Amino acid sequence: MGSYITKEIYAWGKYPKETCHVYRPEQPEEVKSILGSREQEHWIAYGLGRSYGDAPLNRGHGVIQTERLNHMLEFDADTGLLTCEAGVSLDEIIEVFLPRGYFLPVTPGTKYVTVGGAIANDIHGKNHHVDGCFSEFVHSFTLLTASGDVIRCSREENRDLFYATVGGIGLTGVILTATIQLIRVETAYMNVTYEKARNLDEALELFIQNDRNYKYSVAWIDCLAKGDSLGRSVLMRGNHAQKADLPHMIKDPLSFKQKQKWAVPFDFPSFTLNSYSVKAFNQVYYSSYQNSTKLVDMTSFFHPLDSIRDWNRLYGGNGFVQYQAVFPEDQRPEEGLRTLLTRLSDARVSSFLAVLKSSGPANEGLLSFPMKGYTLALDIPIKGPALFRFLRELDEIVLAHGGRVYLAKDSTLEPEVFQRMYPRWRDMVNLKKDIDPHGVFSSSMSRRLGLT
Amino acid sequence: MGAILVLGATSDIAKATIHKLAAKGRDLVLAGRRMDEMEKMKRDLEIRYQVTIWIEPFDALDFDWHETFFTRCVEKAGKLDGLLLMYGTMADQKEAEQDFSVAKQMIDVNYSSAVSILNLAADYFEKRKAGFICGVSSVAGDKGRKSNYIYGSTKSALTTYLEGLRNRLHASNVHVMTIKPGIIDTKMTYGVVEPTPLMAPPETAANDIVKGLDRKKETVYTPWFWLFIMLIIKHLPEKWFKRTDL
Ligand SMILES: Cc1cc2nc3c(=O)[nH]c(=O)nc-3n(C[C@H](O)[C@H](O)[C@H](O)COP(=O)(O)OP(=O)(O)OC[C@H]3O[C@@H](n4cnc5c(N)ncnc54)[C@H](O)[C@@H]3O)c2cc1C
Ligand SMILES: NC(=O)c1ccc[n+]([C@@H]2O[C@H](COP(=O)([O-])OP(=O)(O)OC[C@H]3O[C@@H](n4cnc5c(N)ncnc54)[C@H](OP(=O)(O)O)[C@@H]3O)[C@@H](O)[C@H]2O)c1
Repeated sequence: MGSYITKEIYAWGKYPKETCHVYRPEQPEEVKSILGSREQEHWIAYGLGRSYGDAPLNRGHGVIQTERLNHMLEFDADTGLLTCEAGVSLDEIIEVFLPRGYFLPVTPGTKYVTVGGAIANDIHGKNHHVDGCFSEFVHSFTLLTASGDVIRCSREENRDLFYATVGGIGLTGVILTATIQLIRVETAYMNVTYEKARNLDEALELFIQNDRNYKYSVAWIDCLAKGDSLGRSVLMRGNHAQKADLPHMIKDPLSFKQKQKWAVPFDFPSFTLNSYSVKAFNQVYYSSYQNSTKLVDMTSFFHPLDSIRDWNRLYGGNGFVQYQAVFPEDQRPEEGLRTLLTRLSDARVSSFLAVLKSSGPANEGLLSFPMKGYTLALDIPIKGPALFRFLRELDEIVLAHGGRVYLAKDSTLEPEVFQRMYPRWRDMVNLKKDIDPHGVFSSSMSRRLGLT
Repeated sequence: MGAILVLGATSDIAKATIHKLAAKGRDLVLAGRRMDEMEKMKRDLEIRYQVTIWIEPFDALDFDWHETFFTRCVEKAGKLDGLLLMYGTMADQKEAEQDFSVAKQMIDVNYSSAVSILNLAADYFEKRKAGFICGVSSVAGDKGRKSNYIYGSTKSALTTYLEGLRNRLHASNVHVMTIKPGIIDTKMTYGVVEPTPLMAPPETAANDIVKGLDRKKETVYTPWFWLFIMLIIKHLPEKWFKRTDL
């Protein structure tokens, strides 16, 4: 007991990198005794580090890595309900259950995230506009709290704690197990329709016209295009393919091949991605699409980047930030998006694969991100301190349109801005006073945002 | 097809190996000290791989129990196709030098108990003229070093035992394999051994073990490069080696 490693860790954006005391329990009971040891003053859970910033980091304090808490505990084939430990990854769930005709109810752009992380960031997928966040499919979970008690939370039981934990960036305790609803699918394929939009107006028009015909919907957007082409996009929207949709040569409709894995062997020099190379890439990418409908395997549709291991190294050793904001429907999101895109293309801040998506209504999660409107996500490599000033400008644009920034991607928001974006932050602070008066659970992010 | 018996099923190298075997559709008997943890492993494995898993309490130091234990495993599974001996313990060298009971514990767990249980298993597989016995030794058994020689000597004893057993059972068509892990990232080493780029995840060891079983290897170093590291270290002149600080 008490074995830990002191080392520099980071999440997907490789910024910030912080020295933390890292524990790696293998049993839920062990998590309890680690906390009970009081070896560290503050603790935070770390899943697979697929958030981008400092949400799972704890400079100078304790980090509880959950990747070895990964037992599946119960599965009911009739209802599709799975109970598992919080360190089980979405990748493992797909591997076990897709061949049996079940799929994740919500999946982010990578499957290398844990169930605990999916709850703590209340993640959303391409189906947010119809199905909502991951938490909609969470029946219950057990939470180890600061008092050392394990508390069962659901919409019926300990509802307040349920909605504080959903999207609660690990501040209420360590999620130990969860019961989640899987959905039935007939095949491992998708019918996907690709449509090009020459600019932002056309893209939004397409979303408004017929987004509800598609369970999954997303658009790739070119952040360097200007003028009449500002916001030109390729919409990619689709539904699960039925058995009858498959050509005869596909013998097993549920078999899916793991894509061959390519690895990025080292951090690229940070000049590799400049506005010229990204511009060229975006041009080629945009031109390569024709309006069409195709049968596509699930891996290519949902997790295209997972086939390149460590792709975050492309952005260089300084790391990068991902900026994801949502613009609510009722505050003229098209204007907000246009201002933001104009600012981005003027600044020539290179980012390829920016993503635009329509999102559905907000839920009750105190710090849950989505709300009805549009969300835009883009990567920006860190080349110098000017970037951080630039991000503050973007924050102002987002605030001016009633929007907010996604904490799963964040490493730089300032506390006042955060508070205006997430008005229920106060409820979180009050709840913490009740269940965790000594701030046992606290992270680099929560201290930066003034939550603990 | 019979089942595979895993002694020390809660070891991290064992867990990774068990997943690989279950994924190939093998039924398994898990044996170890922590019944509640094995109960959970059973549920997990049955959900993931739809195989049959039995669990049996096993404490290596409970020598009187070994015979009953082995019979029970055979009865439960009907038939055993192989055995993996994966438990082991590594105490602090300094403590083991100062306190003989600490050294004796290592000797008993890593060596004496292995002789007791493998003697029984050897008879079983010899009679059936089929099956395999795989034991996890260590590269630490290849060379005595001042930092770790008491643990190392228990492992070289095990290595020698397995070597002889291989020789004895060859005529009966029983495959005996010795695994020599280098540094594996398990709870035995976490926070104890300085992190090094040489450290490999348990899945690497598991892959090598399963591949070794398929190819009926005699000795497997895992990861493979330890074969060369140990080859060099073993061939350094003792006159010189005794001065080193490895
Ligand atoms: C390529 C890529 C694409 C992505 N696409 C999307 C997307 O489409 N939609 C989306 O919503 N997100 C997306 N993300 C973000 C990612 O899905 C979330 O950040 C997710 O939460 C990461 O899970 P993790 O297990 O790696 O958690 P970590 O990043 O390790 O931790 C995230 C947060 O969860 C907390 N946490 C983790 N485990 C527990 C636990 N057991 N108990 C309590 N708290 C816990 C941590 O403390 C931290 O606050 C993407 C990320 C990448 C790298
Ligand atoms: N990790 C390495 O770098 C490394 C290198 C070379 C060799 N090895 C060898 O590999 C094997 C597996 O170790 P590991 O790395 O996977 O470490 P581990 O996870 O700590 O496993 C060791 C296991 O041995 C079990 N054990 C200890 N005493 C026992 C006893 N009296 N009766 C029954 N079981 C007992 C423990 O059981 P409990 O769960 O009940 O405690 C534990 O599960 C060991 O033989 C070790 O010596 C490891």
